[in-house]
Order: sequence, then C-alpha cells, then structure tokens
Amino acid sequence: MIYAVISLAALGAIFGIVLGFADKKFKVEVDPRIDAILNVLPGANCGGCGFPGCSGYADAIVAGTAPLNACTAGKDEVREKIAEIMGVDAGEAQEPQVAQLMCNGGKDRTALLYNYEGLEDCHVAATMFKSPKACSFGCIGLGTCTKVCPFGAIKLGADQLPEVDFNLCTGCGICVENCPQHVLKVLPVSKLVHVRCSNLDKGKEAKTACDVACIKCKLCEKNCPQGAIAVVTEGNGSIARIDYAKCTSCGICVTKCPTNALEIILPINANRNVAQNTKSQKPHECSQCGLCQ
Amino acid sequence: MQEMILIIIAAVFVNNIVLTQFLGCCPFLGVSKKLSSAIGMGAAVTFVLTLASVITYLVQIFILEQYEIVYLQTIAFILVIAALVQFVEMVIKKYSPDLYKALGVYLPLITTNCAVLGVAIINIQKSYGFLQTMVNGFANGLSFTVALILFAGIRERLEDADVPKSMQGMPIALVTAALMSIAFLGFTGLL
Repeated sequence: MIYAVISLAALGAIFGIVLGFADKKFKVEVDPRIDAILNVLPGANCGGCGFPGCSGYADAIVAGTAPLNACTAGKDEVREKIAEIMGVDAGEAQEPQVAQLMCNGGKDRTALLYNYEGLEDCHVAATMFKSPKACSFGCIGLGTCTKVCPFGAIKLGADQLPEVDFNLCTGCGICVENCPQHVLKVLPVSKLVHVRCSNLDKGKEAKTACDVACIKCKLCEKNCPQGAIAVVTEGNGSIARIDYAKCTSCGICVTKCPTNALEIILPINANRNVAQNTKSQKPHECSQCGLCQ
Repeated sequence: MQEMILIIIAAVFVNNIVLTQFLGCCPFLGVSKKLSSAIGMGAAVTFVLTLASVITYLVQIFILEQYEIVYLQTIAFILVIAALVQFVEMVIKKYSPDLYKALGVYLPLITTNCAVLGVAIINIQKSYGFLQTMVNGFANGLSFTVALILFAGIRERLEDADVPKSMQGMPIALVTAALMSIAFLGFTGLL
C-alpha cells in the first residue's frame, strides 16, 4: 500500500518536473492579449461568432480579422472588455438578440398524423412524413433545440413546445441551425409581436392541421398602421411575415388575427401562457413602461 | 536481428494495430481526411508509442513488479502516456504550428488512444525484453502510420468519387475501413 502511494506519487512528481522544464524550454511566444481576451469571453464555445470556439475568435480579434461585437453570447459587457484589452473604441451598443419560436402548434392544438415512437430527436422524426404532426411545417417538439443549446436557455414547456428563457438566451443561433423545421429565429429582444406560425399551406388546409395556423386572411396586413406586416409568397405557398424594421410592436394585428397565429410576447419570460393572459388585456395599449416586470 | 525484423513485419502487416487489432480507431477515422495531417499524426503516434513502450517497460520492471503493485499497471501506464503526449504537444506547438492546428483535438487525444496503452500492455503480456519492447513499440507506431496513410490516400480519392448521397462522408469511410481490414486479414498466414 505504502509503496503504491509513494511510487505513483514519485512517478507523477518526476513527470511533472520534466514537463515543467519542457514548458519553459518549448515556450511559444503568444500575444498576451489572446489570453486576456479568452478570459473575458464566455467560454461556451457556441460558435455564434462564426469562429471555431472562443479561442478561434480571440485569435481572430488579435489578428484583426474579426469585429469586436461578434460575440453574441457575451453581449455588451464582453465587447467593452475586449475593446479595453485591444485599446480601441467599443463602438455602438447592440441590442440583445434572442431565439423566437415561429410556431404555436403545441400538442393540444395540432392533430397527430401518427404516434412517433422513435429516437427523441427532431431530425429523425422529420425524416418520417416530414413530421409526426399534421402540420408538416411546425415544431416537432422533441426538443433537439433544448439539447444543443450551450446555455441551457431552452426547455420544453407543458405543450411540448420549446420555451426560451430570455435571461439565459444569448442569440448565438445554434438552435436555429439545428432545427430541422427552421421554426426558430434569432430576433432583437425588444420585438414583441411575432407570427407564431410557419405553415405555408392554403388557409383551409392550414387550419385543419392546426388550430392556431396562419390562414392568410390578410386581416393583419389591412390593419397594420405601419405597413409592417404582409402576407407574402414563400416557397410553394404564402404566410404573414413581419418586417421587423418597421414593426413597432403595437399589437393591433394580434387583436385582429382570427386564429391567434400572431402573438405578443412580453420579455418577462418565455412562457406563452403568460403572454396569452396579457393578450386579453388589449396588448396594443401596452406602453412598454416595464412596470409589469 | 531476424527476430526484430519478424516483430516489425508481424506488427505492420500481420497484426496491424488498427486494421487487425482494431485499436486506435478514433484518430484513424478522425485524422485521415488529408494525407499531410495523416503523416504528421502517424509520426506523433510513432514517437509516443516508442517512448511509451520503453518507459512503461521500465516502470513495469523497476517499480510495479519490484514492489508487487502490478494492479496499478493501467493507471501508471496512463500517467506515463499522458505526460509523453503533453511533451509531444509542446514540441509540435513550438516547431510546427500548422501541424498543431491540423491535428487539433486529436493530438491531446493520443493520451486516450487505446493503441498506445494496448501496445504497452501487449509488450508486458508477451514478456518481451527491453530491446524487443522498443522495436515492438516503434513497429506498432509504424503500423498505425501505414494504416493511416493508406486510408488517407484512399479517402482523398474518395472526395472526387461519385458516391451516393446517403453514403457520402463517414459511411463510405467506414465501409472503406472495413474493406481494408478484410484485405489485411490476407496477411494472416504470412508468419
């Protein structure tokens, strides 16, 4: 017993010393700023910046090939710190972005085509008749996005739709890339009104498949004071889309939408039930005072 | 001398570490996309294997067997291998940053490459002497390199081949590896 402890400890110590000397001898001179930047980066290696992990981004910043604001996960705090390290101006503050689900077809709202009993993965389910749900455009609800999110910001809600925690979401876009149905979008957090439907089918078909589908009635288009929402042709069909540059989140379209496909979401959390409660209280009168938070 | 040549031929062809004994499959599939990085990886593994064989042999004889703590073999060997890999990583980072980038995560992963630990244990099991251990370690490194280079060569050509869409990438690589393994079984009767 005592020999085991001593001999292993001795082996470890010898290797440690040798490696210590080797480290001195083979030291590679790197820009100290790379290490400094690496320390302030979130370290989630989410790839939201477009570089291979945080170290790749740190290298690129020091090499001068990357902008300072590419780290969506770190938000403004990190951008300012990096600017400090690099000794340059931090630039304009950017609005935080979060992932939004463009589907509201939870398990009680859309019919099932068949009982899916395969692997708990949306990509696998998407290979079988496009989706286990009657609507082949919507969220499959097996939670692939919850697994790929490096920040643990997405959880499956009671209706088996992903709910994004806006406090944790950094807008890195990993979930967007990994969603086989392309129903997630990264959008500025201040945008409150979204078309929570991705169904391109004609009104009747869409409505048969899902209670809260966009039926292309154009009521939102007619009633929008900003001209920000319109039913546009897309792929083999059409759907209401919001021009987020024009949208003021007034919420008039939400009250007009006959199928609840449009929804207003307050940035309190991602719970759609909360949002539905607020909907009955005339959301277009919300002055975004923030008191409700 | 003849014995050493036999060890080398046995290791490279008859008992090829990857294609016959199925050890070290991870870097075999991971670093075989480009011939140049395959050669670099082969060289790094050969270096680690040779040194690891020698040092684990010494550790086995002068520490583990001396103090009758052979049950610590696995952890002691892993300690040796991990230290060696760290050393190799430093050297490569210093002298060939490009290779360091090309090998990426597979370089520190040599630590957990079962080929290295496997060869170290096989040396002990076959009760090789010091010189035989060294030659066997080197020969197995060579056999890993040969398998890796052959495979990388084939995969580079596969890039231009007309592969069905569902078989592109890893599936066709795995089929290729299986065929190579079958081909290498043909050497079985050599010795």
